Amino acid sequence: MKFVAVTSCPTGIAHTYMAAESLEQSAAAAGHEIVVETQGAGGAERIDPATIAAADAVIFAADVEVQARERFAGKPTVTSGVKGAINNGPALIAQAEEAARSAPVAATAPAGAPAAAGAGGGGPELASKVQDGDSWGTKFRQWLMTGVSYLIPFVAAGGLLIALGFALNTIAVGDQGYLVTEAPPVTEQFSVTSLSDWAALCFQIGGLAFSFLVPVLAGFIAFAMADRPGIAPGFAAGAVAVAVNAGFLGGIIGGLLAGAIVMWLKKAKLPFALAGVWTVVAIPLIASFAAGGVMFLILGKPIAAAMEAMTSWLEGLSGANMVLLGVILGLMMAFDMGGPVNKVAYFFAVGSLTTALDSGTTTGLQIMAAVMAAGMTPPLALALAAAVRPKLFTPSEQQNGKAAWLMGASFITEGAIPFAASDPLRVIPSLMAGSAVAGGLVMAFGSELQAPHGGIFVVPFISNPWLYLVAIAAGTAISAALVIALKSTKRAETQLVQAETAAGIPATV
Amino acid sequence: MSATTDNTALITAEMVDLDVQATTKDEATRHLAELLVATGRVSDLDGFLADVRAREAQMATGLEGGIGIPHCRSEHVTVPTVGFGKSADGVDYGAADGPAHLIFLIAAPAGADSDHMKILAALARRLVRQEFKDNLRAASDPAAVADYIRTEVTP
Repeated sequence: MKFVAVTSCPTGIAHTYMAAESLEQSAAAAGHEIVVETQGAGGAERIDPATIAAADAVIFAADVEVQARERFAGKPTVTSGVKGAINNGPALIAQAEEAARSAPVAATAPAGAPAAAGAGGGGPELASKVQDGDSWGTKFRQWLMTGVSYLIPFVAAGGLLIALGFALNTIAVGDQGYLVTEAPPVTEQFSVTSLSDWAALCFQIGGLAFSFLVPVLAGFIAFAMADRPGIAPGFAAGAVAVAVNAGFLGGIIGGLLAGAIVMWLKKAKLPFALAGVWTVVAIPLIASFAAGGVMFLILGKPIAAAMEAMTSWLEGLSGANMVLLGVILGLMMAFDMGGPVNKVAYFFAVGSLTTALDSGTTTGLQIMAAVMAAGMTPPLALALAAAVRPKLFTPSEQQNGKAAWLMGASFITEGAIPFAASDPLRVIPSLMAGSAVAGGLVMAFGSELQAPHGGIFVVPFISNPWLYLVAIAAGTAISAALVIALKSTKRAETQLVQAETAAGIPATV
Repeated sequence: MSATTDNTALITAEMVDLDVQATTKDEATRHLAELLVATGRVSDLDGFLADVRAREAQMATGLEGGIGIPHCRSEHVTVPTVGFGKSADGVDYGAADGPAHLIFLIAAPAGADSDHMKILAALARRLVRQEFKDNLRAASDPAAVADYIRTEVTP
């Protein structure tokens, strides 16, 4: 057989080379070929990619992080410390033989193609937050967090471009002319000298980037569960969730469904000759069909029906009590931060806005203003909480907290998702309370907004802008205070509840 | 790699002690380090030993088969050098199968260039060759030991 190996130790002057020598001797003694890359103090000469592609298995004998590990992705892999390689090279070579045999696809598939699951199957090229050996509850959270971590760049790029489009268009045409949402496609009309055309360009790129949100979420949830074979079925299930208006929650369910199906399919024991085709072609095909089919035929309709019911209920409310409506819309905006409930509230507001603009009434303008304020407070509140009490948050949450200022200011409620996904029971209720206050206050102040997006950038164009900012500040302060208070309570208790809640979910798919 | 007086050679007879009396790894390491100080390879004994201990604290450097390889990269090292000691009773360097009878104190300068590193890499590779270890176990003359090691690591 042909093996490649990387050896690496803390000082890089002794063990690295001893391990390399030991592996070379052991491989030669067992009649195998091996090429070792010594990542030591003298610098490493990289193994030729063609050699890696031809290798049957990879051995990592390393006590420090292997550099450029992704070059070996998809290969059957054996891992040990340097001392393991020095003291018992033959055993490591035997393990590599075993790994190569139990994952035969790697020998025939092109370089970088996913290996079948086997003893020590190769790690994925893309980073996943999933670690082996965790409980189901922890794994469930890691799956969601992996999906969300790939979602965030789409939210940032798409959402900010949309907001920029609104802001530029407002500067360009003010209250006159068409809204950026109604601009003709830039393929038909674009002049470099027209600011409103640039606004339309931003808006339309942003809209397309935004349209990936749910598929990306679903695709990378499935990836976290089942490695690369999960990506295509996950994306497909997420796209179906969009098509049936199942939104964010639909994407989560679709991703979990696709991931579970792929996990199950990967367990199949197949004849040697079929293994390559199975991972690269059959699993994506079967799992995409199954997950997409279930989303289309079974799970999609109930979610869509629930959303329709909610919309008509809200329409009934808008005549009676505007403050109560603001509170309810606020609760909805924060409930799933960009998910179906949030989108029901948002699209209800956009619909009311359109009606108001057409008929010259103001009710719809107030609803739009309330919904935007309520959608801005969740990321702002978490940014504030993370800035005030960083110790209650993980390092990555603290980073996300900095980005959340901009997200919140830009009316991208999704900026709160990383926090909510990792600690839903404490974060979501806190956010709902603050958004409810913000929504209710905006209604009480009677602020009016004529654009369906824009965040802080369109506040100057809102009536009663200072009171509007007061409403946002109040909601932000309340949510931040609640998050801090709840996160300071006993940790163990909540984690237990989370684990129980989460443990039931994989079983249902 | 000619004379034993070469002041850039990896090892000379003065850096070899075929009858180490120390019984602990700290003592044995210090004894070999003193040889490196005496030959001008290490400028600051205590600073160098602190660097060796820091490395040793990360992971014991004892290896199966009776080998100890205390080592470090240190600012107090002027030339890549190895000090070699043999202990009849053995010194515990933390290997699973018992004390070390062959002790290599490997000293690398902090900013050594890759040519120097190649010599140390070649030495490290010899350490896992049975023949190399057997020859050193059998050796009885410091000058012959130094010559043998230098010849082996010469590219």
